[in-house]
Amino acid sequence: MASVDPARPGASPLRRFLVDQMRNIAPVFTLLVLVLFFSFASSSFFTVANAKNIASQVSITGIIAVGLTFVILTAEIDLSVAAIANVIGITVAYFTLQPDYVNIANMPLNGVLAVGLTLLSCFAFGCLTAFGVTKIGIPSFIMTLAVMQIANGVSALLVRGQIAYNFPDVVTTLGSGSIFGIRWTIIVCLIFLAAAHFVLTYTRFGRYVYMVGGNREAAEYSGVNVKMIIAAVMIISAMCSGVAGMLGVAYFGSAQQNQFDTFLLDAIAAVVVGGTSLFGGRGGIGNTIVGLLVLGVLNNGLDHIQIDSFLKILIRGLILLVALIINVYAQVLRETGPQTD
Amino acid sequence: MPEAKFAGGGGEGPPLLELQAVSKSFGGVAALRDVDFSLLRGEIHGLVGENGAGKSTTMKIIAGVHTDYEGAMRIDGREVRLRSPRDALAEGVGMVHQELSTVADLSVAENVFLGAHPLTRFGVVDWARMNAEARRQIASLGLDLDPRARMGSLPVGLQQLVELSRVLFSGARILILDEPTSALSPPEVARLFQVLRRLRGEGRSVVFISHFLDDVLEISDRVTVFRNGRKVVTEATARLDKEAVIGHMIGRHMAEMHMGEAADLAGDDARPVTLEVREASLGRALDRFSISLRAGEITGVYGFMGCGQIELARALFGKLPLGGGEVRLDGRPVRFRSTAAARRAGIAFLPESRRMMLFRAEPVYKNVSIAILGRIGRVLLKPAREREIAAEHARDLQIRPPQAGIPLGSLSGGNQQKVALAKWLTFLPRVLILVEPTRGMDVGAKEDVIRILKSLRDRGVAILVLSTEPETILTLADRVTVMKKGAATREFSHGRIAKSDLLAAA
Repeated sequence: MASVDPARPGASPLRRFLVDQMRNIAPVFTLLVLVLFFSFASSSFFTVANAKNIASQVSITGIIAVGLTFVILTAEIDLSVAAIANVIGITVAYFTLQPDYVNIANMPLNGVLAVGLTLLSCFAFGCLTAFGVTKIGIPSFIMTLAVMQIANGVSALLVRGQIAYNFPDVVTTLGSGSIFGIRWTIIVCLIFLAAAHFVLTYTRFGRYVYMVGGNREAAEYSGVNVKMIIAAVMIISAMCSGVAGMLGVAYFGSAQQNQFDTFLLDAIAAVVVGGTSLFGGRGGIGNTIVGLLVLGVLNNGLDHIQIDSFLKILIRGLILLVALIINVYAQVLRETGPQTD
Repeated sequence: MPEAKFAGGGGEGPPLLELQAVSKSFGGVAALRDVDFSLLRGEIHGLVGENGAGKSTTMKIIAGVHTDYEGAMRIDGREVRLRSPRDALAEGVGMVHQELSTVADLSVAENVFLGAHPLTRFGVVDWARMNAEARRQIASLGLDLDPRARMGSLPVGLQQLVELSRVLFSGARILILDEPTSALSPPEVARLFQVLRRLRGEGRSVVFISHFLDDVLEISDRVTVFRNGRKVVTEATARLDKEAVIGHMIGRHMAEMHMGEAADLAGDDARPVTLEVREASLGRALDRFSISLRAGEITGVYGFMGCGQIELARALFGKLPLGGGEVRLDGRPVRFRSTAAARRAGIAFLPESRRMMLFRAEPVYKNVSIAILGRIGRVLLKPAREREIAAEHARDLQIRPPQAGIPLGSLSGGNQQKVALAKWLTFLPRVLILVEPTRGMDVGAKEDVIRILKSLRDRGVAILVLSTEPETILTLADRVTVMKKGAATREFSHGRIAKSDLLAAA
């Protein structure tokens, strides 16, 4: 009879657990260290008010990161998220009546209609990416780079160097308002995170996302429509970016070109720092939440200890590099781990 | 012709290359035992034997790929010990492998000179010289090719000749060709043979490894047969025929003794046809191939590696689009645009390698449920049900250990294979397609898989087994189609067939 692989000597259960969970443990550990460090280094850091601050600062990034989590779980990438957020924020302003001094040839519509049309255009961007990646077969890295340029181009055409200030009421409320002292953006972000977690963990689609990321070939030979799954995650990513863009412009109070440029790196960093595998199939929303908090605490904490703002950029780069090393190393450890064929 | 065959060389002087009592083992398993082999000057020497008989191992020793062996090798009567393919080439031994190593996006001339482009005084590539040299080189093989043509635009046969010319150009006197005709059409084979005869005329020696016995008998002066790591015989081709070669390959006396050497087929034409393939074609892989799969039967397709089995299986599962022909499921024409569509129509598929069908990092139950998720819950997952199903299969298929929650990667290979099979068993498929279903499994797991497949057949599934191992086909099949270069050459549906019948038809 066929026998079971005996556990290899030296592969103790604890070691195996640690190797297996490295991608989950490392980010949480990083977060704890950062919180402890900043709490000691600055008296103003460890307060309820600042906690709310951090949450609010990462909320827009968080909504983008939700979509990116789906994409990265399938081992694809979406570089167009920030550009789509930008163009969608501008689009919603384009459909809103602007003050007289804003010189934009726009098309004011009823608020609900404006939001609906904006979401539709966001969907169109997602479909464009999905089409390029799955039907034509352009690698997502390149396709989303092109879509990023296209989105930036549309943004430029719509605002022509101007700044728009007015948005539909519902967008303004969700983007800049609060309820019970908590910003709506935080609540929206939490809803997105919760919904994504539910979809990824409890639905058939979510399972397919993980399986496609885990072994695309095996998924296809198991009768999973891999292209459909990839197309879906690309559209989900575009929709999340679009919502983030609408709330983002209201959060900032204005819509203009290049406003979201830093969000691309932040959103990718949040997902990857959190421990979702760049090779797909491992990780999830839990990881993304930790990743968001690491980034949020880091950005916010560095402000509290009044560090050279240029050094801040360097430090973020180094933290990202360390996270990437852990991310790749965790995968290598797993693959060379105790079980082989 | 047969009389003239031997004229090129032979007889005079020591053999160009000689192996004496060569043995080689891989991790304690003997792959070659006491092999003597000689190659004469100006000779085309055919090398035949089943998979794993030792022909490739022998040639890799000669080509300097395997360096730790026992025994002696002599070239020109001088004892040599080759340490690398580069060493071998310095001694004039060049090998053309089965998989082309040409670069499709470079020109013919660049491929001929790959890695050794002639340079001008200024250190840049001397295109004029390179193209002229390449043209001369290729012309010497009797070909008229534009050296500037893109390699990928040439038919496979010509690409192979270009690669051949590269090996020749690097000074090889001994050419080893591994399965050179497997991808070639008859006219291309004829051209290759012309070239080989020309080379023989120049006094070079060729070792021609092939599964295609007709080709071997046509081109070789002498033939050496391997079986189970031993050389069985070296004989002048004139004194051999196909039957005799097959006899040497499988051993006359073993033929009747072992299971898997012969089988009684039980095809019944009264059974309804579930899946019918009519005149399917697909690039170079399938050539008007037809087959009917009947409910309650296992249909075997036997053929050598590269005969088109893999493509046939993928086309039937909606992974590759057919170029022409028709597929009918229960009498209705079908055309699957995705593997998901094929699955929904009731077709199940297990590819040839475990890596392609399993998720090593995921628990057993997710590996089992992946193909049936939609049937146990449209939108929401039902993990409890998934585990229950997986546990049931683990029990039925005797998967060890019978735990649905452990990572798949911690199971042995045979048990992983059973898990892969399990994913198609919760709901009986209409058609089950398997490529090399028992390859590389230990005996126990192999028997389990055979038992499972036979019980599925008895429950009315139409099963298609594609394999390059005759034993697999003979053990499982109720009817057999032999496939050669994309076409069906022979069908067996009842009566007793032996391994030699399969080999003779392929």
